[in-house]
Amino acid sequence: MNIDSIKNGIVIDHIAAGKGMQLYRLLKLDELDCSVAIIKNVASKKMGRKDIIKVDAAIEVDLDVIGFVDPEATVNVIRDSKLVEKKTIPTPRELVNVIRCKNPRCITSVEPGLNHVFKLTDEKNKVYRCLYCESKPN
Amino acid sequence: MRNVIDVLDLSVEEIEELIAVADDIMANPTKYQEVCKHKILATLFFEPSTRTRLSFESAMLSLGGEVLGFSEASSSSAAKGESIADTVSVVSGYADIIAMRHPKEGAPLVASAHSCVPIINAGDGGHYHPTQTLTDLLTIRHEIGRFDDLTIGFCGDLKFGRTVHSLIEAMSRYKGIKFVLISPPELKLPSFVKEEFIKNKGIEYVQTSSLEEVMGELDILYMTRVQKERFFNEEDYLRLKDSFVLTEDKMALARADMRVLHPLPRVNEIDTAVDNDPRASYFRQAHYGRYIRMALIMKLLEVSA
Ligand SMILES: [Zn+2]
Repeated sequence: MNIDSIKNGIVIDHIAAGKGMQLYRLLKLDELDCSVAIIKNVASKKMGRKDIIKVDAAIEVDLDVIGFVDPEATVNVIRDSKLVEKKTIPTPRELVNVIRCKNPRCITSVEPGLNHVFKLTDEKNKVYRCLYCESKPN
Repeated sequence: MRNVIDVLDLSVEEIEELIAVADDIMANPTKYQEVCKHKILATLFFEPSTRTRLSFESAMLSLGGEVLGFSEASSSSAAKGESIADTVSVVSGYADIIAMRHPKEGAPLVASAHSCVPIINAGDGGHYHPTQTLTDLLTIRHEIGRFDDLTIGFCGDLKFGRTVHSLIEAMSRYKGIKFVLISPPELKLPSFVKEEFIKNKGIEYVQTSSLEEVMGELDILYMTRVQKERFFNEEDYLRLKDSFVLTEDKMALARADMRVLHPLPRVNEIDTAVDNDPRASYFRQAHYGRYIRMALIMKLLEVSA
């Protein structure tokens, strides 16, 4: 795969440097069969350094996950080597099974079949807390 | 159908209503002695808390209702690995209302999603304990007479002290409140309480590890137990425990109209010599618990006298 030019796929650009791997993991891009490139620490005029992810397939990514990890990132949809769409990144109010609660005293640690739900409790500071125990993700 | 998982599930107006009903129950107990006849309260206690369970059972029996349940996980289906979802799906068919205590945080919220009857959180881990908070509020109303313009000191284990978390939440809705947080650094208030209910609401607060220094400014001193098992080593515990023990000497620094509350049981954090001080409200507080739970059960079962 030529990482400079994608024919049909998506480019997640302007990811804060260092967050590319986390995004890769939470978007479950490791489960894809197509080519995926993570480019770390790319020089950027605006940001100093940034990460970029390129996916060589027309997949749907979960924008809520991107909004949780880095709401400043951009998602470009490429079709026939042309930029056809720039997606707006929402600030999700709720994350279901995106991250897991790590509090050992939380009911999610023992109850089978329970969704791991995090709610946006502080919009200004983008704070998410577990629906059950109110811990922050870590 | 209503549940009370968190004290904020009740509005300020509803709390006023509950206090009014509790007051009327205290004044005219016979009027209420059959209002819950043929209704059943299930007390599902996945960890033992005799005091809280008896308070719920006494409340239901005083309303003419019946009670059933279990008092620890080992005597229940949970010991066989049954999920909360399954336990509650079954038990909610046996009772009209459920009071649930569980060591894991958020367990009553899970229960409420699977129950066809109202769930009352009777304490979930280090998280919340709303009926203790209603008890505390009724005590404050009777002992001090108001909820506004109060400086409230919380002393001891503020990290795992669920009664502290719930009372801070509840008091953060009133005007002119100031919180004084007195604890060893190891047992400071968790961020979910401090950020959501103090900082974000612009409420004045101070954090200190000296009870003596702040004693004179308090309207209310809410004492909690500092448990040995919360410390990593015995030395830290021994070094710190006396700083958070209320004694007659410390009471001498407090105002004449100050009140001492404690959710009980007490171990040694309040010297028994303080018990005779008229400002010690904790035994009266325990009695209020039964009346406010009666009012809450009536509200959730939608019955009135
Ligand atoms: Zn949790």
